[in-house]
Amino acid sequence: MSSNSSAENGKYPKMSMSPKEYQAFAKTREPSRSIFTNCLKAFLFGGMICLIGQGIQELFIHLMGMSKEDASNPTVAVLILISVILTSLGVYDKIAQWAGAGTAVPVTGFANSMCSAALEHRSEGLVLGVGANMFKLAGSVIVFGTVAAFFVGIAHLLLGTNGGH
Amino acid sequence: MQFLWAFVIGGAICVIGQLMFDLFKLTPAHTMATLVVIGAIIDGIGWYEPLVAFAGAGATVPITSFGNALVHGALTELEKSGWIGVISGIFKVTSAGVSAAIIFSFLAALVVRPKG
Repeated sequence: MSSNSSAENGKYPKMSMSPKEYQAFAKTREPSRSIFTNCLKAFLFGGMICLIGQGIQELFIHLMGMSKEDASNPTVAVLILISVILTSLGVYDKIAQWAGAGTAVPVTGFANSMCSAALEHRSEGLVLGVGANMFKLAGSVIVFGTVAAFFVGIAHLLLGTNGGH
Repeated sequence: MQFLWAFVIGGAICVIGQLMFDLFKLTPAHTMATLVVIGAIIDGIGWYEPLVAFAGAGATVPITSFGNALVHGALTELEKSGWIGVISGIFKVTSAGVSAAIIFSFLAALVVRPKG
């Protein structure tokens, strides 16, 4: 009841807005997040991560003599390792706040979601914490990807194109 | 030249993701799931491979490539061993990415003390 009395004492301005008016008012006070700036940041950071990936891939091609197709798997693995290290150091999430989709969309974001879930739930134990929660965020990607791949495969089977790649 | 296109195409795919965040107000999980399904469909109609040939890591690093790799495994195995390949082939190509993410994350959880 103390807050009520202080409002009556004039300590706080009286709330005279309807909920609708308040929402409109709150919207004007929200920090404006320009979609254009967000997209520019996402473009620069996402492009940068792909550029680094391209560099790693070239290293695998030229130093290890791999073909372009063979090099893409180890490239992804190296990017994931880098992402896990940066996540463990707490750096990745700091960059992600700034870069938005630029760090979320590349495969490093996938690894980041798994690693941060694993670290977050470590205190609940290795089995119930780390094991059970690792795919909390990444799981939807795997489930929808797998189901989509299944239906695409069935479509090719029904159309008789049998892959046709 | 490959480096330039890797940057441009990879960046462009991230912009699509950012627009899904900002314009359609999707959660990151919804955005990623949608992008993976889009990648799977694009490979299903045979357009992802030309994109990889053109943009290199710009096409293989974004998460859309995960959908592409899942479909690719399924279709390659479908061609090789018939209808059962649709099931048995799905994870053939993506093994590196998924295994690496699981193993490194687990090791990180063993070693690292979480901050805050």
